Amino acid sequence: MPEYAPLDLPENPKLTHNITHFARALRKAGLPVGPGRVMDAIRAVEAAGFTSKQDFFFTLRACFVNRPEQRAVFAQVFRLYWRDPRYMEHMMSLMLPAIRGVQEDRTAKAAEKRAAEALLDGIEPEVPEARDDEGEETLIEIDASLTMSREEKLKTLDFEQMSTSEIAEAKRMLAKLRLRVKPFGSRRGMPSHTGHRIDARKTLRAAMRRGGEMRRIHLQKPRPRWPNLVVLCDISGSMSQYSRMVLHFLHAVANEKGAGWAKVHAFTFGTRLTNITRHLATRDVDAALAAAGQEAQDWEGGTRIGACLHAFNRDWSRRVMGQGAVVLLITDGLDRGEAKDLGREMERLHLSSRRLIWLNPLLRWDGFAPRATGIRAMLPHVDAFRAGHSIATLEDLAAAISKPGDLGEKARLLAAL
Amino acid sequence: MTALETIDDVDRLLAGQNYVCDRALSTVVFLALRLGRPIFLEGEAGVGKTEIAKALATGLGRRLIRLQCYEGLDASSAVYEWNFAQQMIAIRAAEAAGEVKSEALNTALFSEEFLIERPLLEAMRPQEGGPPVLLIDELDRTDEPFEAFLLEALSDFQVTIPELGTIAASEPPIVVLTSNRTREVHDALKRRCLYHWVDYPSFEREIEILHARAPEAAASLSHEVVAFVQQLRTEDLFKKPGVAETIDWAKCLLALDVISLSPEVIADTLGAILKYQDDIAKLQGSEAKRILDEAKASLEIA
Repeated sequence: MPEYAPLDLPENPKLTHNITHFARALRKAGLPVGPGRVMDAIRAVEAAGFTSKQDFFFTLRACFVNRPEQRAVFAQVFRLYWRDPRYMEHMMSLMLPAIRGVQEDRTAKAAEKRAAEALLDGIEPEVPEARDDEGEETLIEIDASLTMSREEKLKTLDFEQMSTSEIAEAKRMLAKLRLRVKPFGSRRGMPSHTGHRIDARKTLRAAMRRGGEMRRIHLQKPRPRWPNLVVLCDISGSMSQYSRMVLHFLHAVANEKGAGWAKVHAFTFGTRLTNITRHLATRDVDAALAAAGQEAQDWEGGTRIGACLHAFNRDWSRRVMGQGAVVLLITDGLDRGEAKDLGREMERLHLSSRRLIWLNPLLRWDGFAPRATGIRAMLPHVDAFRAGHSIATLEDLAAAISKPGDLGEKARLLAAL
Repeated sequence: MTALETIDDVDRLLAGQNYVCDRALSTVVFLALRLGRPIFLEGEAGVGKTEIAKALATGLGRRLIRLQCYEGLDASSAVYEWNFAQQMIAIRAAEAAGEVKSEALNTALFSEEFLIERPLLEAMRPQEGGPPVLLIDELDRTDEPFEAFLLEALSDFQVTIPELGTIAASEPPIVVLTSNRTREVHDALKRRCLYHWVDYPSFEREIEILHARAPEAAASLSHEVVAFVQQLRTEDLFKKPGVAETIDWAKCLLALDVISLSPEVIADTLGAILKYQDDIAKLQGSEAKRILDEAKASLEIA
């Protein structure tokens, strides 16, 4: 329950206006609010009257919220909209286009930032809009080229270089990204004309319909099954911005119905290993990430990749990789521990996974060479080595994930070792 | 069958079958029998999950019906299957005799006579000595669709066969499910069961178990064996040795006429307790001696 600043409620014509605007803010924050609901809300508020702030809040909530996970967003937008000056300041500070790690995000409640972004969009002069310098053409064309090139630009932009508005845009783009993987045959069957197994039960049932005469043999082929996806995501200081974006992407992947992944398991590590699988199941991205942040107490601490991989191999490996899993390892490989241990743990991880794909944001520099001992210890044990610092690279990953022969940059870097 | 009135009765019943278990487990078993709920046992391999179902069945004088799970297990191999070869012959015979009336043939072909019962259906049939013990072993190896199917079968203990109708158990069987946790089993299934995590036994209990299972081992040797294995479990291994390994190892040592443990003997028989090359490599050289010394030291203190 949020606390309320005193409400100075507007006169009636203004009320309609205000609620309409409020609804627009909600829509911007991602709630599905249509004009029908706005009408309902206005009528409801008139019917309920303004005896208390609480009633007003609940009246609006009854009209605009129809899922539990929307409540947090609604409460934040409500607080922000029926202004509370101190709160506004706090929000403005949240929106500063500095490079923010999750550390500060955790001081903001879940969905708070989304509410702020929805309401403060365009208020901030400090955030420069990405301008395209093509300029002198007709308006419509400018518009088109602007959006096109902006999208293009955004795709290749490093997550760490993005401003707040770009991050918001990028998150939207990431949410649309799909990670499709090729299925493989299971031991269950499905009907097929080209199968190799005889479905005796079906054959006989069909025969019985014809008084025992067998017209054809019904065949089966293996029913496809999809592998699990296991994600190990480094959330130490050097990685914070990337891991946040990648977690956004994973949230979309984990919540895509019928995406093909049997299950998505996610772990974060820095100084400790944390299982955040259950948090990814909540439908609201921010709530999931905030919960994950609470669970993982070591955002921005140091990195002990070897020790965390060891913990994973010991406690979780058999439990989440039993049915065959593709593993995404997201880390820069800058480890403070022993390289020998790290190599051994990587080998163990590699042996127990279907495919091991390493995403490393350091690859964004063309001159990247595997000099750090940690990286050299890990490299021989991965199936593919790819960049993961921008939307474009994540798109490439989505395209490459089901190609068995895909190595990414591994071969080039192994040669450089 | 003796009436089980208290938890002590369960303890005695299992001890009579050479199964030594701790109080927590016998409590869970007692409650499961009392409330008619399935028991869900999870734990590392080789801690005696499957054994408890066997001990229960023999102790209660019931039949043990075992469903061993594997990847791709489906209803036709878990519940029932029609005997197609026999059905085909029956069709041919009917044709040869010139009496093909499809209605009659249909009922004749899809009757009990041609039905092959699989474990789940078998467990629903009345058995001698009362309802059987149904052991569903290594449930984590199946996939989720089968788990969902099982959920239904376990909730009302009946299966439906389209041609024969619904077969319901007059008395529900005693169900024991085990899992090695190679996959998290769905919450919905766990909710219907009484859950127990079977852990490695304490030193005293493991001595008792070894005494019950390998009575021919001398007390001094079995103390050394158990102390060594217990010490080994505190080490950082990929797969810690279970109770089954302890018993195996003791039997190996007996077969070699070993009287007391030495680093050389351990090195020669390590394959009985450790099943991963990484773990065996860890115990090469002085490491085994160190653990043995620590184990012997702990024995002297005790």
